[in-house]
Amino acid sequence: MSGLGTVYKKEVRENLRDRRSLFNSVLLGPILFPILFIGLAYFTSSKQQERAEQVLEVPVAGAEHAPNLISFLEQQGVVIQTAPEDPLAAVSSQDVEIIIRIPEQFVEQWRTGKPAVVELIADPSRRESDIPLQRVRGLLGAYAAQIGQLRLQLRGAAPALQSPIMIRDVDLSTPQSRGMLVMIMLPYVLMITAFTGGMHLAIDSTAGEKERKSLEPLLINPVPRWQIMLGKMSATATYAFASLVLTLLAFRVAFPLLPTGALGVDLSIGAEALGGILLTVAPVVVLAAAMLTTLAALAKSLREAQSYMGLVFMIPMIPSLIFMVNPMKPETWMMAIPMFSQNLLIGEFVRGESVSLHWLAISMGSTLLIGLGFAAVAANLFNRPRIVFSN
Amino acid sequence: MIKVSNLVKSFGDIKAVRGISFEVRDGEITGLLGPNGAGKTTTLRMLYSLLPPDEGEICIDGLDPTRDAMAIKRTLGVVPDSRGLYVRMSARENIEYYGRLHGMSSGDIEARIAELVTTLDMRDFIDRRTEGFSQGQRVKVAIARAMVHNPQTVLLDEPSNGLDVMSTRALRRYILDLKERGHSIVLSTHIMQEVAALCDRIVIIAGGRIAADGSAAELLQQSGCSTLEDAFVSLIGSEEGLLA
Repeated sequence: MSGLGTVYKKEVRENLRDRRSLFNSVLLGPILFPILFIGLAYFTSSKQQERAEQVLEVPVAGAEHAPNLISFLEQQGVVIQTAPEDPLAAVSSQDVEIIIRIPEQFVEQWRTGKPAVVELIADPSRRESDIPLQRVRGLLGAYAAQIGQLRLQLRGAAPALQSPIMIRDVDLSTPQSRGMLVMIMLPYVLMITAFTGGMHLAIDSTAGEKERKSLEPLLINPVPRWQIMLGKMSATATYAFASLVLTLLAFRVAFPLLPTGALGVDLSIGAEALGGILLTVAPVVVLAAAMLTTLAALAKSLREAQSYMGLVFMIPMIPSLIFMVNPMKPETWMMAIPMFSQNLLIGEFVRGESVSLHWLAISMGSTLLIGLGFAAVAANLFNRPRIVFSN
Repeated sequence: MIKVSNLVKSFGDIKAVRGISFEVRDGEITGLLGPNGAGKTTTLRMLYSLLPPDEGEICIDGLDPTRDAMAIKRTLGVVPDSRGLYVRMSARENIEYYGRLHGMSSGDIEARIAELVTTLDMRDFIDRRTEGFSQGQRVKVAIARAMVHNPQTVLLDEPSNGLDVMSTRALRRYILDLKERGHSIVLSTHIMQEVAALCDRIVIIAGGRIAADGSAAELLQQSGCSTLEDAFVSLIGSEEGLLA
């Protein structure tokens, strides 16, 4: 086994001197992803806040038909503007986000006590009109409720008759579980890191070695080929694991910087959850290293190997996508599926829930088993002359 | 001592080697001479157990490469056709790596490298990273790493490929020096002068078969020619592949 150790040490040391390799494992995952997260979170929360606090300016067509409603809106701080000639065209051409139109019949309907129609012209498929639309709807609703109550009181009826049901929300979500974006993204980011962290080394030590013509002389040394392959795979796994640890630490540092207070979300990861997540993802590192090494060893050239790596990015994405489209309740059988089980378990850890050790064991065991299966395939690849001599 | 009998190797439909037999005696330099594509590299690859032969037998100092691959690899020093070095490592680190793969101790490796630095004249670049090395420097490192475990039998596949005159002379001196010290050497080449200058015995390979086998004098006699070059052409029956 000393041959394996020698190959392992050489690959780790040589790749420390390679800038591209370091970029992939140290920079990409651990630095880029957290920055991306923080940036995105800041951007969304500041945009939302801005829109919620902004003075609401609403063009109103036919304001003269409902002077009381208009003065109510003005009391609530809304700035009433005159509406453009063609309100529908103005909204669809995106000149204005929202327009209130009070038709002429409003006066008649109001006077006879029928529901008086007020039109809200907006395009809800445009996300930026969400907040103004919500605010105007809220204000109009408040006005309607106020008038309704007054009318009932005038006729001697208790206003409470109007509300036969009162809904009270009992919220059982924890502050952590509200960090939805992070919950969906974090498992994916970690899975990607398990792959990208060792990717460069996997290519460099197999397809790269073949292309630089150093593979044949290497194989003439008195070391069994499976040991050479396993040494390379272990070096790949080491880089991926280091990348993973750095990424997790970076997130731990980055999360308190997120503007989560305003959203009522708590995203700190405790040391215990951190350890749990690392334990959960560790077997993926083995699987990733074996898959990458197999793929890269099969490639005839460096270029071909690199083009395969695009596919590799898809593999950890698939379970995350399924989960995004169709959120599922974690069940025991799901723990046997590599990458999918990690997705679920990391979600549990981030939500701050206690994770069943039974599940963790199944997830780690099955992923490790499949990873070792791939490793066995890769270890035998160098025994095929076709793999050694690409020309 | 190497004994090869009736070696056959095909790659799909291509028959690279079609029944080759020859002998390499201890303390001699044996040249495998032949045009490009004659089957020299394939024959050598079977000798150093990288390829299993389809048919035939190989015996190197009593060992069979197909059965005792690890033992064969420990006794052989091979400078193959591919001589890629690790460019992010110094020449010394490249050689050390091979020493470790042979299971040598750090002390032994260090002493052996010091020896090789002197005999191969590598003092100027031994601690430099191999990126940007000249062909001559690269061949020296490739030879040094192949010789790090001081093997008895040495196989060299076209060692002077791409070398300038000075480097070629230094290489020839080194090969003769190895012979002086009692190593057996197999040298594959397509260059006539190299064979004439170095080899005790010449095995001419063409089209995957042995065309002739003997000392330079015997080959001249056999062909009835006055120069080795003419003898070579007449023995393989064509001039094809000579001008590489």
